Parts: sequence; C-alpha cells; structure tokens
Amino acid sequence: MTAAGVALVYDRLREEERLLMAAFERLGVPHQVIHASQVSLELGRGDLPPVVLQRCTSQWRGQSLAHAYQAAGSVVLNRPEVVAVCGDKLATSAALVRYGVPTPRTAVAVDRQAALEAAAGLGYPVVLKPIIGSWGRMVAQARDAAELEALLEYKEVLGGPEHKVHYLQEYVEKPGRDIRLFVVGSDVICGIYRTSEHWITNTARGAVATNCPLTDELVHLGLAAAEAVSGGILAVDVVESARGPLVVEVNHTMEFRNSITTTGVDIPGRIAAYTASRLELVA
Amino acid sequence: MQTVETEFGRLDVNPADLMLGELLVTDEGAEVEVVGLDPLRFELAPEEAEDWGE
Repeated sequence: MTAAGVALVYDRLREEERLLMAAFERLGVPHQVIHASQVSLELGRGDLPPVVLQRCTSQWRGQSLAHAYQAAGSVVLNRPEVVAVCGDKLATSAALVRYGVPTPRTAVAVDRQAALEAAAGLGYPVVLKPIIGSWGRMVAQARDAAELEALLEYKEVLGGPEHKVHYLQEYVEKPGRDIRLFVVGSDVICGIYRTSEHWITNTARGAVATNCPLTDELVHLGLAAAEAVSGGILAVDVVESARGPLVVEVNHTMEFRNSITTTGVDIPGRIAAYTASRLELVA
Repeated sequence: MQTVETEFGRLDVNPADLMLGELLVTDEGAEVEVVGLDPLRFELAPEEAEDWGE
C-alpha cells in the first residue's frame, strides 16, 4: 500500500464514491482508492495513508477499519467514535439529549413489559426503530399497545442482542416532509426537503428531494447536532414539529447523489476539499 | 465495451474500468458484484445486511 495523500476506503461502490473520486481528481488531491477487502493492518504499524475517507456501507466494517487506521496514526473521516455514535440510534439520541439538541422524546427498554410502559409514557402512536440500521429499514409505527406488543414479539425472535433493546420515539406529526442538512466540518453546506406521502420520508424509500433554504435556526441546529456526535462529514435529519425543528438522526456515511443538482451545491467537491484540508494538518 | 460471460448472465462492460465492489446487472437480471479484477470475478451481490446504511 502506498502512503500518499488521501485514501478513499469503501466496500460497495455507489455513485457517491465515484463522485468523490472525480472531485479528488478535479481538485488535484493525491488519492488512492482502497476496497475494504484489500485492507489488512497490524495496529500501529505500516506505511499508511495520512488521511482516510472511510465510506463503507457496512457500519461494522467501516468502524473497524476506522479504528485500525486511526490507531496507526491516520486522520480518519469520520472518526470511529463518530461512527459508533451515529451508527447507533440510541447513542445518537443520548448524545443529542446530553448536548441539549432538540430531538423527539425517546425511551429505551430491554424488556417487553418495560417497553410497553415506556410507550404508554410517551403516548401512542409511537415509533419503534432498530438501534442499528438505516434507510428507514425496520422502522415501524404502533398505534396502540396491542400493535406494539406484536411488533416487540416479532423483533425479539429476530435474534441478535441488538433486537433485545427496544428503542421507542414519540410519533411526530410532520408536514409530509423532513429536512436533511449536510454538514462538512464547521459548515452546514446545504439542505434538502424530503417529501413523501409515506410517513417515513427517506429518499431510499422514494421520497422526493427539493432544495431547503438554510435559515439561521437550521444552521445552528445542524452544527449543534454535529458537535453532539463529535463532528465530521455528516447528514443531520430534522423533522418540523409543533414545538420547532427536532433532530431525529445523524448519518456518518451520507448519500448525496440526489442532492447536488437539487441544491446547486457541489457536495462531493466540498467533502473532497475538507478531506484534503486534513492533509495540511498532518503535513 | 465488451461482453463478459458470467455464470449469472452476460455483462456489457469495459473490464479496465471496473472496480472492486461495483454492482452490475446482467442480461438475465441478476445483480452481481465485482469481487476480483485479475482475473475478473463476479458473485451474486449480497442481500442488504442489517448494519448497512449511510
């Protein structure tokens, strides 16, 4: 492995990774592209790239490699600590609450009966989410205790320790859309509305993206959420509620292919430039 | 561009442009992943795992 410039580490080659490669080319940033399967590292040893842009689709894979590169002295974006918080919805909620970032009321329980009691405290309907996962997968709404009990039972038989943890949120009535804010370092570079007739407004599930003009309130919220999870290159998802905008999650390997034309912002270029700026720090 | 035969169907690709981890769809509708470049090797793309996401 040649240790020069930025290493873009990935597992599934999405449009985003291609756009990032093109951005590095365009900006003249020395870079190499490394498939995760090609990486084997002895911690703390080796001729490693000074800066790593970690873009793995698999959270465990990405987090593991981020740890290894960071242990060896590479500057990693996003840092493994950030991946750990953003990849775990409960950890994200805990960080947001700890930092005073507005977020939906959230409860956790590791027992079915306790989860039902927690839901009663939140008030129905409630939203049940897996603590690990993305793209709106396995997110369910329970309108009453009977529905929730059935969902909990299904979840518990899925196996895996993560499914024994029940993460519940209040259902937030939103205006048929949510907001995604793109944060790169200390800047909120743009935002999109994600509009859908479905209550899960995720573009991976067919939501339509349109430009969301940035307001001071949104910029402040996006930066606060990013700071709560220790910063980096992040997508902050926000719902508009009767009590103001609430941060629902923060994504650490954001997808942006549908947001470049929509916002008019060169998102891969901004990410590449920010990543390259880390090279100056380690030079 | 050349036609590459795989056990899951044919692909019209430029082998020099392929990258590991790239996902392609064959003429038989199978989604395959590039798992080797020299020699070229393809496997059926894995189903989405629980920890996949953004």
